[in-house]
Amino acid sequence: MKLTGAQILLKCLEEEGVDVMFGFPGGAVIDIYDEIPNSKVEHILVRHEQGAIHAADGYARASGRAGVCLLTSGPGATNAVTGIATAYADSIPVVIFTGQVPRALIGNDAFQEVDIVGITRPCTKHNYLVQDIKDLQTIIKQAFYLARSGRPGPVLVDLPKDIQQQKVEFDYPKDVSMRSYKPTRKPHIGQIRKVVKLLKKARRPLFYTGGGVISSAAHEELTWLGQKLSIPVTSTLMGLGAFPGDDDLFLGMLGMHGTYAANMAVNDCDLLLAVGARFDDRVTGRIDTFAPNATIVHIDVDPTSIQKNVSVHVPIVSDCKPALAALKKETEGTLEEFDWAADHKEWVDEVQGWNREHPLTYKDDGEGIKPQYVVEKIYEITKGDAIIATEVGQNQMWAAQFYKYAKPNTLLTSGGLGTMGYGFPAAMGAQKAFPDKLVIDIAGDGSIQMCIQEMMTVVCNKLPVKIVILNNGYLGMVRQWQELFYDKNYCATCMDAQPDFVKLAEAYGAAGFRVTEKKDVEKTLREAFKVDKPVIVDIRVEKEENVYPMVPAGASLTEMLLV
Amino acid sequence: MSKHTLSVMVENEPGVLSRVAGLFSGRGFNINSLNVAPTLEKDVSLMTIVAEGDDAIIEQIVKQLRKLIPTIKVKDLTELNSVDREMVLIKVNAEDSKRAEILRIVDIFRCKVVDVSADELTIEITGDQSKIGAIVNLLTRFGIKEIARTGNVAMQRSMQIEL
Ligand SMILES: Cc1ncc(C[n+]2csc(CCOP(=O)(O)OP(=O)(O)O)c2C)c(N)n1
Ligand SMILES: [Mg+2]
Repeated sequence: MKLTGAQILLKCLEEEGVDVMFGFPGGAVIDIYDEIPNSKVEHILVRHEQGAIHAADGYARASGRAGVCLLTSGPGATNAVTGIATAYADSIPVVIFTGQVPRALIGNDAFQEVDIVGITRPCTKHNYLVQDIKDLQTIIKQAFYLARSGRPGPVLVDLPKDIQQQKVEFDYPKDVSMRSYKPTRKPHIGQIRKVVKLLKKARRPLFYTGGGVISSAAHEELTWLGQKLSIPVTSTLMGLGAFPGDDDLFLGMLGMHGTYAANMAVNDCDLLLAVGARFDDRVTGRIDTFAPNATIVHIDVDPTSIQKNVSVHVPIVSDCKPALAALKKETEGTLEEFDWAADHKEWVDEVQGWNREHPLTYKDDGEGIKPQYVVEKIYEITKGDAIIATEVGQNQMWAAQFYKYAKPNTLLTSGGLGTMGYGFPAAMGAQKAFPDKLVIDIAGDGSIQMCIQEMMTVVCNKLPVKIVILNNGYLGMVRQWQELFYDKNYCATCMDAQPDFVKLAEAYGAAGFRVTEKKDVEKTLREAFKVDKPVIVDIRVEKEENVYPMVPAGASLTEMLLV
Repeated sequence: MSKHTLSVMVENEPGVLSRVAGLFSGRGFNINSLNVAPTLEKDVSLMTIVAEGDDAIIEQIVKQLRKLIPTIKVKDLTELNSVDREMVLIKVNAEDSKRAEILRIVDIFRCKVVDVSADELTIEITGDQSKIGAIVNLLTRFGIKEIARTGNVAMQRSMQIEL
């Protein structure tokens, strides 16, 4: 049967198992919108395209499935660029469909024409301008395949309006084969055996794990290896949740705001097993002093990540899951003959000693409410069984430090790009994927104002996201840098001119709470989490609290400023 | 820092040149020359890129090129036994008094004169980088008015022997 391009798009989405897309209409996609009522794919109308792309991203991170959004040409597409770059930086599978002016007008500076394929080339895994209706179905198939496979990432498909109107036979390809794209999935077994040899020799091994472990769902293999071989684990921000946060072997995050134990362990380990992590500057600090005593093994699906920032001894190009599974298989047999726990006891004791010496902590002496206390309470109340999104800044670091993530896909945070305004729409997307779960955005007063318009979307779509604002009246993280490195010149970081967040919530039809005293924190959070609609909890925290430990930018990991 | 000649086989599709160029500019890699042309296969193009950097940078360039979705194959010809050639057109000042000497150089280097006027000669040279460097050097003192270069093209030798 012949269908229009618009109908075909929706059919293909159904074939791909897409149940929801986030979007915003306009002239260049009106043909597609015209067909949405006849489709099984649900459409969530956002209030700003940035909200749509972050929601699709949050949906993807929480569910492990690809997120989808649909936007119009020109400003609709450019409004999403920040979100596309956010998904790209964190390797999140999202497929973005944008309308484009009719082919005959492309290049004419037509109304709402923008070269979105050109603009997003450096921040997508790949993108397409559909120039022939005959290619449409293959392109959609490839778009989803690329987004999900190898190192995942956003893929954009630009659809000229006349293509949406042309007709062609519907015949969705069953599979894809691209001669130019064949990601390596499985590890070279010789390399894995080398790792086993190194492990047997190592006295002080350490896992350093990142977002790749989560995106390839290798958490069970990682947990097995860490626990059975008694290897301490430290994680990047993106990797939190892959190894149980409350396990004694877990050292928390490493890097700029990493724990004392994690950063010391990196410095002292003799074997560093980097898995799905990419030696980002926020993680390594001064690169030439990073893991100075270690043989480094690096497992990553993206060959460009390997040997990019540090030179490694055993490179393994592979998806994390098959690589860790192979490592498990190769070591399983040793458990009977070899007592790994005894072998690593001295090291594990030392690492845990560091943790006792300088645990993550804060001074909770004064009258005020400490933001860290709030995050601890959120953890206690939810017992770790919630999906946490964060904004960017201090709130993000406290959410990473003081909440113990037990499972993968439960922390949604913009790690690579650090996009303020990400958390709330991402929480909205996650709530759509898991309507019955408690989804909380741990927010800052600055960031939350960047996508606050999505309050209307969550209210009218009955997505009961809980926003907890750690309200310090500052762009706190920037203020912290000004305090520590710029003589307290708080230029443009004081944000105490702010809306009444409680009234704002109410104006949107959500519930609002304000907390100004410590004794009310727990009670109010408990109450707020029970409300069956979106909630803003405005918690007035200590204004000038800092995030510690802190490794100043460019310093070595051992040069930590402590509480 | 050294120069590497990379042979890059790509899908011949819109935007592919811009993806490659964007990769170099966006990541701050140095590119000396870039040449693109169709191959016998109608949907495949071959790019020859001369890039400059230390070993780690060249490794990154090769990997980043491979990572581009339309890239089919990347070879670093510098590491293989290969032939490379560039074609250059040079318009040089050639008053009567200098003409004979210029023609002698043309002869020695086995180049061709492709255009003449009262006081200029346009010379076509094909050769590897050392030959082209040498002749450009020799002609400079007569006054080069214009120069157009194709950039290197290169190919791995079939038999690994130097002819
Ligand atoms: C879109 C965007 N603009 C600017 C920044 C730089 N920036 C990083 S953290 C931060 C402060 C965030 O303030 P707030 O949301 O109140 O969080 P806090 O640090 O106070 O917890 C800023 C401005 C950014 N990360 N993203
Ligand atoms: Mg703030």
